[in-house]
Amino acid sequence: MWKATRRNFLIKTGAGLGLALGLGWIGKKAIRGFFVEQADKGTLVQFSTDTEPQYWFEVQKDNTILFHSPKIEMGQGVFSALAQIVAEELEVSINQIKVVHSATSHGPIDPNTTGGSDSISSTFSQLSMLAASMREMLRERAVTLLGISLSNLSAQNGYVIGQGKKLSYAQIVAQTSEWSLPDTEPTLKKPEKYQVIGKALPRVDLVAKVKAEPIFGIDATFPGMVYAAVVRSPYFGAVRGVVNAQEASKSLGVIRVVEQPEFVAVLAKSRYEALMAKEKLQIAWTSPTPLLQQKEVNDTVQIGKGDLTVVQENGDVTGLEDNEGNIKLEFHTPLGAHAQMEPNGVAAYYKDGKVVVKMSTQSVKNTRNEIAEATGIRAEDIDIQPTFMGGGFGRRLYTPHAYEAVVLSQEIGLPVHVLFEREQEFQNGYLRPPTHHKLSAKLNNGKIEAIEHQIASGDVAFGSSLVPSFAPTVLGADFGAWRGGLFHYENIANSSVKYWRCQLPFFTSWWRGLGLMANSFAIESFVDELAKKAKQDPISFRIAHIKPDERGQRLIGVLKEVQKISGFGQKVLPEGHAMGVACATDVNTPVAQVAEVKLENGAIKVLKVYCVIDPGLVINPDGVKAQCEGAISMGLSASMFEELNIEDGKVTPNQYLQYQMAQIRDIPDIEVSILSTGDAPRGVGEPPMGPIAPAIANAVATLTGTRMTKMPFKQYQFT
Amino acid sequence: MLLKFDLNGKTQSVDVPEDMPLLWVLRDTLQQKGTKFGCGKGLCGACTVHLDGNAIRSCSVPVSQVQNKQITTIEGLGKGQLHAVQQAWIEEGVPQCGYCQPGFMMATAELLQRIPNPTDTDIDDNITNICRCGTYYRMRKAIHKAAQLNQKS
Ligand code: FES
Ligand code: FES
Repeated sequence: MWKATRRNFLIKTGAGLGLALGLGWIGKKAIRGFFVEQADKGTLVQFSTDTEPQYWFEVQKDNTILFHSPKIEMGQGVFSALAQIVAEELEVSINQIKVVHSATSHGPIDPNTTGGSDSISSTFSQLSMLAASMREMLRERAVTLLGISLSNLSAQNGYVIGQGKKLSYAQIVAQTSEWSLPDTEPTLKKPEKYQVIGKALPRVDLVAKVKAEPIFGIDATFPGMVYAAVVRSPYFGAVRGVVNAQEASKSLGVIRVVEQPEFVAVLAKSRYEALMAKEKLQIAWTSPTPLLQQKEVNDTVQIGKGDLTVVQENGDVTGLEDNEGNIKLEFHTPLGAHAQMEPNGVAAYYKDGKVVVKMSTQSVKNTRNEIAEATGIRAEDIDIQPTFMGGGFGRRLYTPHAYEAVVLSQEIGLPVHVLFEREQEFQNGYLRPPTHHKLSAKLNNGKIEAIEHQIASGDVAFGSSLVPSFAPTVLGADFGAWRGGLFHYENIANSSVKYWRCQLPFFTSWWRGLGLMANSFAIESFVDELAKKAKQDPISFRIAHIKPDERGQRLIGVLKEVQKISGFGQKVLPEGHAMGVACATDVNTPVAQVAEVKLENGAIKVLKVYCVIDPGLVINPDGVKAQCEGAISMGLSASMFEELNIEDGKVTPNQYLQYQMAQIRDIPDIEVSILSTGDAPRGVGEPPMGPIAPAIANAVATLTGTRMTKMPFKQYQFT
Repeated sequence: MLLKFDLNGKTQSVDVPEDMPLLWVLRDTLQQKGTKFGCGKGLCGACTVHLDGNAIRSCSVPVSQVQNKQITTIEGLGKGQLHAVQQAWIEEGVPQCGYCQPGFMMATAELLQRIPNPTDTDIDDNITNICRCGTYYRMRKAIHKAAQLNQKS
């Protein structure tokens, strides 16, 4: 039921500000709906019942709308998609909207994070409702101002229009000091009436990015800012001993060396001088003995080690693994890095008990809480002003540098900039955990009678401060690790997924798609082998095992469409080429991909990837395509090239290039086709990470007869 | 050390340590933030600028080496307008997070100086920067488009 109170809306008029409208209250019904749906998917619930009023929109004097986005732009195009949603219901053109990141001092604070592919799916209905509410309030004011009845007034392009008269939103705001709140819930548009949603508009941040405007955390400045170079632990488990800062303190440009329980930092006039002086610090580190080696990591992350939880069980799979006649395969994926291009950077300025923090973070609220806890500054006195992120991929859910910068600014009384050096990103950030998978199945009459997937993984969600403490109890297993590890082939009578929690002595956690890439690699490669054993076409074989309920139908839909656009199984390919198919459903979005490969000097060359995705209601089809292209490229990079090892307690390699990643020469032609079933948006950023590795592996298996079971694929050479 | 060089058509004098990498002089001393730090070791290309028209990785060039030379950064690439490469980047909708993009655009602009109409192999061989968001597919198209735009004008 629609129930708004003055406290829920924040209405403020004033010079230069115009109307700022905020709604802390969000339809309770919507929240419950989300909770059930999201709990079912194992992802976090977005947007709690925050009762504090917050600014979402401001009508400015020039009739533009400032939209304070609680979701952070990290390349995924969320600013553009949210702007389109707002424009649709507020009845303004997209060019009238300026999107800014919401600062914690006055804008809406995301109670969760920007991540998990749910920025749009979790905000769509609330945001539509907010924008529509504001539109209705403007229309109702126009009734009084124009003396025209509500039914004769329409909102268009930032104007309320009727009977030959019109008022801009800004004019209405200028003539209003008291606002009345709508009594009834505003009516939202039917999808067939959408004019902005569904359009492939250019991203709202396109020009700023092409002009290279200073929009990132690393670019943030304050007048009089100084630079810190922070010493971080050189290897896992190292304990800092005595610090000799004599030489460093004398180094050029150095202002001070600050020693704190958690870190040591050199403050200098320029970044370069700070970095140079840091090298001159003499620190006695105590190393754990023996130092951690890769072998221990490999021995730890294994099926049969760690704690076991049964994640999914249907029917009976007893004996499946032990029976000689059954089909079995094991898969491995290595440690990986986020390697986001912008190293983490933050500028903080503490003054008179308050602090302003400009930085790229995926977790605004958590970052603020961590600063509050570490420094004792009250949360409301900490203004996090989020910047654009130079890539996120989960890395910016971990932001210790924020409180470091605040502490340093407190110490010195000046604004301070802290940066993670690239080597520190590798060593002192966190990593994608390695995984081990065992699959076993039994075929009967060309169908899978029973199947089992065992996953061993380092932690993803567990151990992260972002996950509520009840999560392990409620969910049993690390939902980050088993994400993508369940069977979307529900038409199998006997199936089981078991998860072994293997805890490593270093920090592993979130990565784009979490466990999706590793789990899809294992399952979809295995299913392809089963299809081969059953002597069936891999697409029909898959479809035969998908339960044709609503969700299953959508998965079948993308598989059929990818067959159509790629000609899989039908098209005559040039000599030496082969295609492989794979699919996945992630955050309720099904994706199917076909990869066409050949060999080039004995190495795999991916020539073309066809991708079909069904993310429900599409806000911006070009944005969806860009996310598919990006996820395919990142998934290809990770599966073909990327690998980290631990040597003497250190992550190695710890620089680009040595950590081999895809470059332009490795990227195939990519064709994306979008299906759109249903009228609610679902996630896009991560689901296409699922099928790419197995699609490549399945193509290579067809071409060479070799079943690749280990990433990175570059280790396989073909003659 | 007092040094002079030409930045985007204007003479700049800076008083900085002579071995300070050009990248930090640009970003911190001169507050030109368009040139990005990715690795500091010449490996990723985020810091690419032009030195007398040649693409260099500014994180690995001490500022003393640019004394009396001409530096062009992304801020000056289009000389007050959008350069053909930037125009092509807009038309193809290339950037995602955008962080790597200045480096790629600078590398591309220089490639088109040397090879006005590059083949795919030319692109593969010459554009070795890194983009984690995976905008490579659109970049290739944008590079070809920029070559066309250049030829038209
Ligand atoms: S920062 Fe210069 S090449 Fe990476
Ligand atoms: S656009 Fe994000 S790294 Fe290239």
